[in-house]
Amino acid sequence: MTPQDIYLLSPEISLAGLALTIVILDVFIKNRLLVQSTIGIGLLVPVIFSILLWNGIGIETSLDSNTQTFGVFNTLVVDKFTLLFKFMFLGILSIVIMSSMSYVHRFERTKIEYFSLLIFSTVGMMLLSSTRELVTIYIALELTALPMAALIAISGNKLSSEAGIKFLILSAISSALLLYGMVWVYGLTGTTDVAEIFLSIEEMSRQNGSVSMIAFGNYGLLLGVIFIIAGFGFKISSVPFHMWVPDVYEGAPTPITAFLSVASKAAGFAVILRVFYGSFSSDVLSIEWSMLFAIMAVLSMVIGNFVAIAQKNIKRLLAYSTIAHAGYIMMGLTVVSGRMEGVALEGPSSVVFYLIGYAATNLAAFVAVIAVSNKTGSDLIEDFSGIAKRSPIIAICLAVALISLTGIPPTVGFMAKLNVFNSALNGGLWWLVLAGTISSVVSAYYYLRIIKVMYLSDPLENAPIKLDPLTGIALMVTVSAVVVFGLYPTPVIKAAHIAVEFLLI
Amino acid sequence: MDGLTQNTGFNGLLSALVFLPFVFALLIFVLPRNDNQVRLLAVFGGIVELVLSVFVFVVYNRGESGFQLIDRFNSWIPVDSFRIEYFLGVDGLSVPMVLLTGLLGMVAILASLGITHRVKQYFIWILILQGAVFGVFTALDFIMFFLFWELELIPMFFLISAWGTGRKDYSAMKFVIFTFLGSAFMLVGILALNVSVGTFDMTALPELVQGGIKLVIPAGAIFGLLFIGFAVKLPVWPLHTWLPDAHTDAPTAVSVLLAGVLLKMGGYGMIRVTASIMPDVMADMAWLLVTLGVINVLYGAVVTVRQTDLKRLVAFSSISHMGYVLIGLSAIASKGVDAASVGLTGASMQMFTHGTITGLMFLTVGMIYDRTHTRYIPDLGGLSNRIPLIGVGFLIAGLASLGLPGTSGFAAEILVFLGAFSVWPWLTGLAVFGVVITAGYILWMAQRTLFGPMNNRWEKLTDATKLELIPIGMLIVVILLFGIYPALLTDLFKMGVEPIVAAVTSSPEILNR
Repeated sequence: MTPQDIYLLSPEISLAGLALTIVILDVFIKNRLLVQSTIGIGLLVPVIFSILLWNGIGIETSLDSNTQTFGVFNTLVVDKFTLLFKFMFLGILSIVIMSSMSYVHRFERTKIEYFSLLIFSTVGMMLLSSTRELVTIYIALELTALPMAALIAISGNKLSSEAGIKFLILSAISSALLLYGMVWVYGLTGTTDVAEIFLSIEEMSRQNGSVSMIAFGNYGLLLGVIFIIAGFGFKISSVPFHMWVPDVYEGAPTPITAFLSVASKAAGFAVILRVFYGSFSSDVLSIEWSMLFAIMAVLSMVIGNFVAIAQKNIKRLLAYSTIAHAGYIMMGLTVVSGRMEGVALEGPSSVVFYLIGYAATNLAAFVAVIAVSNKTGSDLIEDFSGIAKRSPIIAICLAVALISLTGIPPTVGFMAKLNVFNSALNGGLWWLVLAGTISSVVSAYYYLRIIKVMYLSDPLENAPIKLDPLTGIALMVTVSAVVVFGLYPTPVIKAAHIAVEFLLI
Repeated sequence: MDGLTQNTGFNGLLSALVFLPFVFALLIFVLPRNDNQVRLLAVFGGIVELVLSVFVFVVYNRGESGFQLIDRFNSWIPVDSFRIEYFLGVDGLSVPMVLLTGLLGMVAILASLGITHRVKQYFIWILILQGAVFGVFTALDFIMFFLFWELELIPMFFLISAWGTGRKDYSAMKFVIFTFLGSAFMLVGILALNVSVGTFDMTALPELVQGGIKLVIPAGAIFGLLFIGFAVKLPVWPLHTWLPDAHTDAPTAVSVLLAGVLLKMGGYGMIRVTASIMPDVMADMAWLLVTLGVINVLYGAVVTVRQTDLKRLVAFSSISHMGYVLIGLSAIASKGVDAASVGLTGASMQMFTHGTITGLMFLTVGMIYDRTHTRYIPDLGGLSNRIPLIGVGFLIAGLASLGLPGTSGFAAEILVFLGAFSVWPWLTGLAVFGVVITAGYILWMAQRTLFGPMNNRWEKLTDATKLELIPIGMLIVVILLFGIYPALLTDLFKMGVEPIVAAVTSSPEILNR
């Protein structure tokens, strides 16, 4: 570790420091406000470091386009791709923490540990987005998953414990699959470095005289790729690795569900982009896995959207909706024409844009659900009846979020879907796009049903629902992001374009 | 050619037209303290929009063709391969549609003054709806067009399910699902064009696509995808089933807007998009258009005869009348310039006139329903004794609907038949029977509701108030004006369809047939 390495890792290190600090502080000082402000100020530090890194301040090689900085024995990389994701994770973390402040009163003892675990999980995700080496990916993945399992079970009731155990076991299985896949790849290429794997595969295909030898002639590599997809498929909650999602989403504390649905998914896609575009983007191999992603995308969209119709619990409904959205995002992964110029980057950039838009939208929806369930103590859709009369602000925010999830303008959800569909058509996959648009129609049914219940049904009771200030701010920030980026998505699209240019280096 | 230089600049009139309804919706959300102030503000908004749309109609220079009053701002989303512009403009095709939207928007607002339930929300949704429709008729960037097209879903969903009658929840959801399904197909078509050609610019697309660029999916498939999207909206049999439900259960003003302008978005889309961008494919598929058109006309008319609910009857007659639009469009397969031009002009004219006529019909039916609280035809009868003014409005709408010379309905239908006859003599001949059936159900309906023995329940009915007479009068004037002097409109439409006709008749494929 050189001082340069420490600087490159400063966002993660400072965030981990914050997690430790608040636990220690809590032992001595029982002042709630102090802890809150410590978290608030503490979160600014990694943000500042990330901004410094984005602007290339203090790094030997400046972070202009086409330059990356490697650190810690070349296992980590700092470029605009990883930094964009780090901003995203920090933003998601802030929103989740803000909306948790009123939620943690439900727990008897574990208030500070909750925040600490949440932050540790975020550290894992930030590391995950900047790894470029398979073993480090595995370690970072475990760092995100273990605190997550504890957080899911933190409520202590039966549902929550069951969800925690379920998550832990399935997470372990998926890690095992991932590791097994990595072993195959390592065994065949002799390296765990993402960039070197690509070179090694290219080298092998050249030796065999024909490129097709790799994909068809070498089933081992394909097997490895498939196992890796299975491992990551769990993270991004795509069909057929989605079985855990509804139970865990229902059992977990709602802010954790929110965190899981956006941050965990974003981390999964970040590492998928890094590995698949970094290592496996040689022409023949990419045809294989892009088709696999296309099929998984169709299954996720269809199963997620159709099963969501039958749900009565809004958390379960959002769980199936998140499965469907994993499908939409995966459509962006299907556009790989190897390392062809231009077109190859359409897909990844639409994935990144979708992830940002989805993060804002889904957080808005979950924060609104948290605000309502803090008062009603229920997550059933029928308990959302007449919310518009009890709290017009929450109702309109949730309605905007749901409209964005459906993909109706003028919201970011529409722009994100447009972008993903456009890039999938670039690959000529018109049937995939048609499946996507039609399954959006199905989703309109269950999203609009919630809006209808909120606005047109009579409230079960008339007591108004008050928003506490922090939750209110979280709601306002996310909803305005949904609308503003829906009307003017240019900055986000441009940032996504800049970020993904670093993938193919 | 100076076409490219023409299509730039920033006039501002159309932007005002499209976005003022949203501004008024916002004002209504923020300002008023009571319902009457809401109504006043809404009426003011309606008047401003009407004046602006008439202004667009007058200002549009008939001396030069092409797009005018351009508002273009190309750095909205300037990303490679995904370039979306802010681009509004009107040509001969869209100017009358804008006028129609302004007119019926005003009528809808006046017809809604009696609403007492959640007045504020109601007028906000009506104004957003109007703004979205203006957007559809003026947008020249494909994504903007689609954006406005989708934007109209949410207001309609709320307007039907909150202020409707009967099975309103079912109808509202059915409307949304059908329309959304149509636009799902349309979106794939739009993106396929963009991916092939690299632009969403609707003014540039025709030339580029006809220039023989390789499309990612076959031209016929793109045509099909786009056509389904518009066909749901028009609606074309067998995608029409949402329409009777939505119309029957919607509140009066929403039925007026739905029948008057929202259906026209489908026909407008067929001309502006499918016919303009791929006229040769459209000409190849004209046999399908005319067949579906004849089915629409006859099926719609026959089903209409059997209706006992007044509103449902008008709704089915709309399906029948929209068939004429398809028949008019099928003249695109004609070898001669004249027939194609006449047919397309007739189709556009039919959209405008049907908008005003059905608007008037739904308006008067709504007034009858307000008074009698029933739409069941056998319960009505002899109403003209008690409500003669509403009766006159209803009758004029009915006569115009069956194409009585002197009303705008006649001008539209004669053009449609003239255009299509030279290409499809037999099928057009069949469609003419539609007119006969129309005359049958209209007159029979008038006889059973307005004339004949009066049910004693209706002794105490009061006739239209002065406020109610304003929208009736406005629509009657328009129907008669364009009936007596249709050239006011047909000249514009003819200019609008000119590029399509030129493209289709000069195409070598067609000349060789």
